[in-house]
Amino acid sequence: MRLEFELNGRRTVVNIPPGRRLLDLLREDLGLPGTKEGCGEGECGACTVLVNGQPTLACLALAAHVQGTAVCTVEGLAQAGELHPLQNAFIEHGAVQCGFCTPGLLMASYALLQKNPNPTRHEVREYLAGNLCRCTGYDQVIDAVLSAAKGQRCP
Amino acid sequence: MRTLEGLSIERPATLVGAVELLADGGQPLAGGTDLVVRLRQSESRPRRLVYLGRIPELRALSVEEGSAEIGAAVSHAEILSSPLAARLPILRQALSTIGGPAIRAMGTLGGNVANASPAADGLIPLYLLDAQVRLAGLTGEREIPLSSFVRGPGAIDLRSGELIRSLMLPFPAGTPLSYFRKVGRRRALVIAVASLGALVWETQGKIAQARVALGSVAPTVLRPAHVERALVGRELHAGSLEDLAELLSEETRPIDDLRATAAYRRQVAGSLLVDMAETLSNQE
Ligand SMILES: Cc1cc2nc3c(=O)[nH]c(=O)nc-3n(C[C@H](O)[C@H](O)[C@H](O)COP(=O)(O)OP(=O)(O)OC[C@H]3O[C@@H](n4cnc5c(N)ncnc54)[C@H](O)[C@@H]3O)c2cc1C
Ligand code: FES
Repeated sequence: MRLEFELNGRRTVVNIPPGRRLLDLLREDLGLPGTKEGCGEGECGACTVLVNGQPTLACLALAAHVQGTAVCTVEGLAQAGELHPLQNAFIEHGAVQCGFCTPGLLMASYALLQKNPNPTRHEVREYLAGNLCRCTGYDQVIDAVLSAAKGQRCP
Repeated sequence: MRTLEGLSIERPATLVGAVELLADGGQPLAGGTDLVVRLRQSESRPRRLVYLGRIPELRALSVEEGSAEIGAAVSHAEILSSPLAARLPILRQALSTIGGPAIRAMGTLGGNVANASPAADGLIPLYLLDAQVRLAGLTGEREIPLSSFVRGPGAIDLRSGELIRSLMLPFPAGTPLSYFRKVGRRRALVIAVASLGALVWETQGKIAQARVALGSVAPTVLRPAHVERALVGRELHAGSLEDLAELLSEETRPIDDLRATAAYRRQVAGSLLVDMAETLSNQE
């Protein structure tokens, strides 16, 4: 199919099978390997991206699902060479260890702050329930999201 | 794991267009949160999927005086952020436990119903509200009660060429208390080991009427008729329903599987009824 969508603000047109996963499309066809594949079954959240602002699992979404939408991946967070405040907060709070779950956590956190710029600790924890981390633990991540919420406006 | 790249996927923009493609051997695709996982695991597969997310009738959510109609392709997240979530707390309570935010943004109510899992959280409020399923096919439409539409695990009364157009929800009279809880092995993204939802009408400290629905303790979601009757006239407070746990487990028909034994599921269902009494008594 001829797939037309907006990717990190840029109009993108590709010719691909409609059953191609968004994950493979991003990583292999469009050279954006920031989005990770952990489980491939919707359980871990490592592949979280935004589709029309909604958190979406790129391992379950097919090309046919994203026709005409706006997709935002972790590569779209930094603007003009400046890390996004959420990214800086993750670094400051040591919320990254092996880093594999980080892009998914960043995108889920970003989606949360778009909807709810002043979340409580409990709300952050609930919202990140679909994102697994197997090394750092979640406290630093939650601290990072809370501090980014305080000091920033999402662009 | 197999790739799905050999599949053709149609994206009809009209209900008629979708029904024609389905009659021609297509299979519905909504959010894909069940279907994509299932297709990637299986050897055999349909050649053609029909994506339902562009059809206006399936994307509509309307609230009338005494009822609501939810299009089959409306996502759980969309229902949760609609005014209906405040009007029907039981719907909000159950849908907000489905997966994480991304699964709720992708997954649809129609997909949850069509999947007909005995553990489906969306089915519990629909059984409690005596929902009707509105089906559309080549020769027209029909409406049937959800409880006769769902036949068993993964088995539904969907004829060839038909799709679920919407779910019709009559509002319960008055303002019942509502309870939903599922027990699973992990808090987020859990598939229930057992779940219980209820609508309870109370007058002067006693239950006047109750509807109860149980998940994961039988091949389909279950309304335990004996327990619903036995609840009438009872009080709600901590421990007040302990004697009914036995009656409840007699009405279940659980299976042993990977996640839990039948005996454990029975026991959990009974405990949930006891928990309901305590939780609702604190809510009044
Ligand atoms: C990680 C994860 C966690 C989950 N957690 C939960 C949970 O906690 N609780 C829960 O209940 N479920 C859960 N699910 C299951 C799933 O997300 C839900 O059942 C969801 O509602 C399915 O909707 P969908 O739109 O994604 O369906 P799809 O996958 O698109 O379709 C599912 C089935 O329904 C058919 N279908 C879809 N729409 C129609 C229609 N309009 N008419 C006829 N047939 C149709 C499809 O052909 C397919 O057979 C989870 C899934 C995953 C991957
Ligand atoms: S890779 Fe998509 S959820 Fe795990």
